[in-house]
Amino acid sequence: MHPCYFDHNATTPVCPEVMDALIPALTDVFGNASSVHHFGQLAKQKLEAARRQVAEMLRCHPSEVAFVSGGTEANNLAILGSLRRGGAAGKHIVTTAIEHPAVLNPCGQLEREGASVTYVRVGASGIVDPDDVRRALRPETVLITVMHANNELGTIQPLKAIGEIAREAEVMFHSDGVQAAGKMPINVNEFGVDAYSVSGHKFYAPKGVGVLYVRKGTDLEPLMLGGHHERDRRPGTENVPGAIALGRAATLARECLEQDSVNPGALRDRLENGIRHRVDGARVNCAGSERLPNTSNIYFEGVQGEPLLIALDLKGFAVSSGSACSSGAVEPSHVLTAIGLSREDARCCLRFSLGRSNDAAQVDALIDAVAQSVAHLQRLAPTTCLTH
Amino acid sequence: MSGGVDSSAVAGLLQRRGERIVGMTMQLWNQRRLPELSGGEATGRCCSLDDVYDARYVAEQLQIPYYVVNFESRFEQNVIKPFISEYLAGRTPVPCTLCNNFVKFDEFLDMAAGIGAERVATGHYARLDYNSETGRYEMRRGVDSSKDQTYFLFGLTQEQLSRTLFPLGDLRKAEVRDLARELGLPVAEKPDSQEICFVPNGDYAGFIDAYFREQGVSPTETVGEIVDTSGRVMGEHGGVHHFTVGQRRGLGIATGEPLYVIATEPAQKRVIVGRNDDLLRNSLTACDVNWISIPPIVTEVRAQVKIRNKHNAAEATLYPTSDASRTEVRFDDPQRAVTPGQAAVFYSGDLVLGGGWIQ
Repeated sequence: MHPCYFDHNATTPVCPEVMDALIPALTDVFGNASSVHHFGQLAKQKLEAARRQVAEMLRCHPSEVAFVSGGTEANNLAILGSLRRGGAAGKHIVTTAIEHPAVLNPCGQLEREGASVTYVRVGASGIVDPDDVRRALRPETVLITVMHANNELGTIQPLKAIGEIAREAEVMFHSDGVQAAGKMPINVNEFGVDAYSVSGHKFYAPKGVGVLYVRKGTDLEPLMLGGHHERDRRPGTENVPGAIALGRAATLARECLEQDSVNPGALRDRLENGIRHRVDGARVNCAGSERLPNTSNIYFEGVQGEPLLIALDLKGFAVSSGSACSSGAVEPSHVLTAIGLSREDARCCLRFSLGRSNDAAQVDALIDAVAQSVAHLQRLAPTTCLTH
Repeated sequence: MSGGVDSSAVAGLLQRRGERIVGMTMQLWNQRRLPELSGGEATGRCCSLDDVYDARYVAEQLQIPYYVVNFESRFEQNVIKPFISEYLAGRTPVPCTLCNNFVKFDEFLDMAAGIGAERVATGHYARLDYNSETGRYEMRRGVDSSKDQTYFLFGLTQEQLSRTLFPLGDLRKAEVRDLARELGLPVAEKPDSQEICFVPNGDYAGFIDAYFREQGVSPTETVGEIVDTSGRVMGEHGGVHHFTVGQRRGLGIATGEPLYVIATEPAQKRVIVGRNDDLLRNSLTACDVNWISIPPIVTEVRAQVKIRNKHNAAEATLYPTSDASRTEVRFDDPQRAVTPGQAAVFYSGDLVLGGGWIQ
């Protein structure tokens, strides 16, 4: 059997439809979108067409879409860019304990620059309580940043309720939508967000391109200094092929989500039911919470995630556990400890994230492989996770 | 796979024999910690990104699956913390043995079994054979006596040894390098690593001080007096963990004759110095003794005993004691600087009988 990929929250392959848009964009549309001549004009037209496609996915005006290099830059631009106008000192941010490092680390940097940050806890549901966000607000709060969907758990955060709180308090509201975009419908006005981060490679566009939605009238200080590209929000010659690919991927994702006939969570449910049925002591984290239809984070009693991941990889199944540090080793997840798992139990979890390449036969084969590997590991060290 | 020439050659050798192999590197220490020690460069230290890069490159060349596995917390718990507390207790630990006993041939061996591996092969210079008559795994020194690493392996149990391979035991270092060249491995010319992987430049005391700063604890105030064997104060010192038995340098005392550290007394914060002859001992007691090639002794046994890695094994007689985990060692000739915390490893020629910790 071919290797099966169950790590779509890490990244996705470029899909054929996006490839078809990307190839001519690399060869024929090579002009600099800022050039006056017709080569430049063609590039500019394609760039703006892509912007409109993204705007349709986000339900916003195209002028509110800024192309950037990816999710990390989008988050950095929203957070650093909004705080640093006039200096960060004395300002306050509200965020959550389960954000991605691309949010947590800019917040940490702003703390070093004199800002203060409240990291709202989430509890066992993996979902932040909007009232906790409200209670964290202070007179000096200038930014609320709460992710849309959590990368490890798939839990969906109540953006609409938080958006109302932000609007009432007249505080800017940013959301890291990197895991949500392409997997669920987005409406930035309904959510009440002022900024929203998107990464192309999470939904079948290539790496190296992303978007920051910036509500009209929102003032951001650019991270880099250069030309006047992207309405002074992001200097640098536009990555037109990347934008074209992202635009095409956005349209595909929107069309896909509009098909009512497909139950997007069917395969995920098949996987979870199969594992629960076949594996003793398996427990789906945040099972009762509203979650992305493709993401499943499962705790395996008495089994370390690291050898389980490797055993599955050697059998041809790619899954993930925690986040990789610079050497490639796995670090225990701050998200899993934030929902109340001990550090030891957090090591006993794997994340399965499904995507377009997966089918029922692959899922059934994965269930078999997980059941075998877990049984093997439990036999070897029935108390490994319990005694640490 | 450490990214060095030895473990890389092991991978190449086993692959050439047709074994199905998986490469693994243990991430033991987070290089972002204690940045003041690295001077901006993390070279020559274990688990540096450069070493992981090399190991990954070798695995790619051999086209074998390769993984980096996280043993940071286990290494800190089982090696770093005991290493520090031993020094603070006035002893001189052997971290490589702690790592072998409690990380590499313990939890790592279990992880290997977990992913379906039957054995773990390492680049240690030691020979291992199963004796079907005695039913024991027997360990012998590596044929390259200058590289022999059996001193660090005395603690391995028969069960651990049954799941272990030392493919380099029959080779000399030069042959290993030749093999690596022959296999076209990119690390063939890489220099040998230093002894204690997590301590840069051998400055273990600097490491301990930095570790305490990181933990936000002021190191136990170990500053005190240097005294001679009669108790006369000779000077002051900056902490007993800066000294090891037999040490001559760094005392900061000028007298007519060379002075050596005879002992450290952490409770009194004292470092005792004396003449070279004061370092000579006729016997020692080894505790937590592990027997490898022979069963636990019940009567006296002749052996050669090594009291530190660079020591030439000295003729001695081993005596069992009423406590089976302790063995008394009486040397034929007095030995210099018998150091508490170091290992005493018992040999019969090339055969590793067993060993224990010097009390």
